[in-house]
Amino acid sequence: MFDTLSDRLEGILGRLRSRGRLSDSDVDESLREIRTALLEADVDVGVARSLVDGIRMRLVGEDLSKSLSPGQQVVKAVHEELVRVLGGESLRLTFASSPPTVVLLAGLQGSGKTTTAAKLARWFRQQGRNPMLVGADLQRPAAVEQLRILAEQVGVPVYSEPTDPVTVARVGKDESRRLGRDVLIVDTAGRLSIDEELMDEVRRVSDAVEPHYTFLVIDAMTGQDAVSTGRAFHAVLDLDGVILTKLDGDARGGAALSVKETVGRPIAFASTGERLADFDLFHPDRMASRILGMGDALTLIEQAEREFDRDVTEQSAARLLEGRFTLEDFLAQLQQVKKLGSLGGVLSLLPGMSKEMRQASSAVDDRQIGQVEAIIRSMTRQERIDPAAIDGSRRLRIAKGSGTTTQEVNQLLRQFKEAQQLMRSPGMLGGMLSGAKGGRLARAMSDAMDAEPGLAAGLTAPGLPGAGAAGGGGRGSVSGAAGGARGGKKKKKGGRVTPKSGGTGRPR
Amino acid sequence: MVTVWILLVVVLLVLLGAGLVVVGRARGRRRVPESRVSPPPPLVTRPEAGTEAPPAEAPPAEAPPAEAPPAEVPTGPPELRQGMGKTRGLLSGYFKALRARGSVDAQTWDDIEEALLRADVGVATTTALLEDLRERVQRGELSGPDGVLSALHDDLRRSLAMPAGATLRVDEGETNVWLFVGVNGVGKTTTIGKIARQQQASGHSVLLAAGDTFRAAAAQQLETWGERAGVAVVRGAEGGDPSAVVYDAVQRAAARGNDLVLADTAGRLHTKVNLVEELKKIRRVADREPGHVTEVLLVLDATTGQNGLTQARQFLDAVEVTGVVLTKLDGTAKGGIVIAIQRELGLPVKLVGIGEGPDDLIAFDPAEFVDALFT
Repeated sequence: MFDTLSDRLEGILGRLRSRGRLSDSDVDESLREIRTALLEADVDVGVARSLVDGIRMRLVGEDLSKSLSPGQQVVKAVHEELVRVLGGESLRLTFASSPPTVVLLAGLQGSGKTTTAAKLARWFRQQGRNPMLVGADLQRPAAVEQLRILAEQVGVPVYSEPTDPVTVARVGKDESRRLGRDVLIVDTAGRLSIDEELMDEVRRVSDAVEPHYTFLVIDAMTGQDAVSTGRAFHAVLDLDGVILTKLDGDARGGAALSVKETVGRPIAFASTGERLADFDLFHPDRMASRILGMGDALTLIEQAEREFDRDVTEQSAARLLEGRFTLEDFLAQLQQVKKLGSLGGVLSLLPGMSKEMRQASSAVDDRQIGQVEAIIRSMTRQERIDPAAIDGSRRLRIAKGSGTTTQEVNQLLRQFKEAQQLMRSPGMLGGMLSGAKGGRLARAMSDAMDAEPGLAAGLTAPGLPGAGAAGGGGRGSVSGAAGGARGGKKKKKGGRVTPKSGGTGRPR
Repeated sequence: MVTVWILLVVVLLVLLGAGLVVVGRARGRRRVPESRVSPPPPLVTRPEAGTEAPPAEAPPAEAPPAEAPPAEVPTGPPELRQGMGKTRGLLSGYFKALRARGSVDAQTWDDIEEALLRADVGVATTTALLEDLRERVQRGELSGPDGVLSALHDDLRRSLAMPAGATLRVDEGETNVWLFVGVNGVGKTTTIGKIARQQQASGHSVLLAAGDTFRAAAAQQLETWGERAGVAVVRGAEGGDPSAVVYDAVQRAAARGNDLVLADTAGRLHTKVNLVEELKKIRRVADREPGHVTEVLLVLDATTGQNGLTQARQFLDAVEVTGVVLTKLDGTAKGGIVIAIQRELGLPVKLVGIGEGPDDLIAFDPAEFVDALFT
C-alpha cells in the first residue's frame, strides 16, 4: 500500500541522503518533486501545499540536529509532517457505560461499507466484545444478504427487516439490548453527499440510534473528491473518524493524507485486503514510516500478539533458539502466520523490503502455501522431525498423498534443510532481532535462490534490518527515523544501527 | 514453489522474532480471556426472504421505460447536464475569478492548474495542457483569460472525442459477449443491470452471466436486476469458477437464441496477479465458439483519482478493454481522470452513470462533459 508514493519519496530522499550539504536550490527542487509525488498520490491540492510548506518550515527553522546529515534532516522533516497530516495519535475507542456502544457506518456507494461492517464486527470480537450487526442498507439489491453471509463467517448475529432504514436501526438497537450485545454496528446504504433526501435519511438513522461513533468509509483510490465527500458527511453526521478501505491495491492513499487535515477527524481503521482479517486500527506514525519505506514491524508484532497461540509460539521460539526447528514447528507456525492475513500483506509490513521484493510477494498465491502445507501434512510425525529418514519410497508416498511431484517434495526438503542450517549459524537469530547482520541473511537467502534471479536481486539490495529500525522510527525520534532509513537502505551500515530496547521497541 | 518457500522462511524468521516479544510481554501481564466470546447465537431475524428484492422504495423514480438504448441514439445532452449539474460550483469559482482578472499572469496559470488538479485530471496531463497553452500565448495565438479558457475547453473536448465507430458493438447473428471488468465497488453489477434493461428495450435478446462468484450475494444482486429487466440470469455456485459460469451462459445463450450476453465479473484490484490471470481466462473462454467478445468495458468510478490510469492500463493489457463506463458522475466528483486515460491510452469513455435509476446510464458526450467541468 502507498507503494507508489513510497517509491517516489524514497527516490527523492535517497538522492538527498547521500549529499553532504544541501543548497537552497536542492531543497527547492526536492520540495517541488515532493509536491508532484503527493499530487500524483491524490493528496488534496490544498493539503499538498500545506505539507510542502510545513516541510520547508522544518528545514529552515531553528535547531537542526547536528547528529544528522542534511539528507537525513529532510527525511525526518518529511516523516514528521506526514505524521502531523495523518493525524498524530491513533484513535482510542471507549465503550459506552450503558451498552450497546453504537457504531454507524456511512459513505458513498461502493466504498466498502458492508464488508467493513463485518470486518469491524470481527475486530470487536477479538477485543472480547459481543457485537451485533444491523443491515440498514435496503437500497442496494442483496446488500442485507451479503451482510448476513459475511456475518455468519464472523459469527455475529444480524438484524434487518424490509421496512425502512430508520425503523430497522431503531428496532435493531432494541434487539441488541434484549440480546445483551454490547456493540452495535449499523451498515447504511451508499449515498452521494449531494443527495439531500438520502443525507436526511442517514441523519434520521443517526438520530434514531444515537451512535457513539460515526465513521465515514472511504475508498483509498478516491481522488480529490475525498475531501468534499468528507466535509459533506461531516456536516450532516458529525463524524468521529474515517475508515479507509482497499489499501491493498497500488492506490496511493492520498485521501488518507487529506481527510484529517481538512475534516479534522482522524483515520480510525484501515482495511488492507479482501480477507476479513485484513483490518486494523490505523496508526498514523506507523503509516508515515511505511510511506517512507521503513516498514511497520510494530503492527506485525501487535497482530501476532492478538492472533498467535502463545504456547505454540513459545515452544517453537524456544526450539528455534536451540537450533532444533523442525518441519513440525514449521507447520505449526504456518498456521499462525495464516491467521495474520495474506502473505503479501504480512510481507509489506516487514521493514526494509525492497520494491522488487514487494512485487514478488504480491505475485505469491496464498493457495501455494496450501501446497507446502499438504506436503508436510503427508509426512508422518517421525518424518517431520527427522527428514533425513525420507527415502525414495516415502518420498513417492508423500508426493502422492499431497498431490504433488517428488521433485516438489525434494525441493521443499532441500530448502528447509538450507534454512535450518542458516538458523543454526551462531548469532543468526540475535542478529535478526537487533537489526544487525541483516545483510548476511539476505546474502544467504539469495544464494538459496539462484533459480530466481530477479527475486534474489530484490532481496540482496536492501538487506533485512530487522525490527529495531521501525521500533524507533515509529516514535518519530531523531535517531529512530534516521536509523530506520539507514538500516532500510544500506546493507553495510545496517549492522551499526543500535536498537533501543533489545531490538523490539515498544510504542510507548 | 521456490518463491513461496523463500518468502515463508523470511516471514517465519521475523515472526518468531515477533513471537518472542509476544511471549515475553504476555508473561508480564494477564491477558483478556478470549473464551468469553460466546458462540454466535442464532440469527435474529424478522421474517424476510433474504434473497428477495429490497423493499418498496428501492430505485428512486422508476422512470418510464427506456426511450433509447445508449448504443444507437445518444440520449439528449440535457440529462448529462442535469446529472452533472450538481457538481458545478467547485471549479467554476476558479474560472470566474480568472475571467474577472482580465489579463493572463502567473496567478492565471496557478488557478487553471489547481482547477484541473481538483478535477482529478492529474499532474502529467495538466502540465502538458498548460505548457501547450503557455506556448500559444507566447506566440500570440491566444490572448486574455477568455481566450485561454476557450482554447483549453477545445483541447479537452477534442482529446475526449470518440474515435469514429466507437459505439457499443453488437454483431448481427452472433452470440455477442460484453465483459465488465473493474476494481471492487465501482458499480459493475449495477451497470449491467441498467444496460440489460436498455439493450433489451432496444430489441436485443439479453442474457446475464453472474460471473462474480466471490463477493457474497453478488449473484442475488444481479438476479434482482435481471427480474427488473425481465432478463434471465445464469449463475454458478458461490466461490465457483467464474469462467465456467460465463461458458455456461454463452452456451445457453446460443441455444436459446440470445444475441447478447452481459458477463459480470468479481471486482478485483489490478495488482493481484492471480485475479488478473483469472480474468484473462474468463475472456478466453467467453471468446470460444459460439461466443464472441465484442466489448470489454472497464467500469470506473468517477471518484477515482490517479489510480484510475493505472487501473485502465493494467486492465487494457490483460483483457483488451474496449471502452470505459464512468459511473457515479452525479456526485461531487468530476471524473477528470478519464481525460488522462483517453490521452495516454486512447481508451474512450462510452457510457456514463448519472444516478441510481434504471435509465440513469447514458451515452458519453465530450462536449457536455467538458462544459460541466467549466461551468
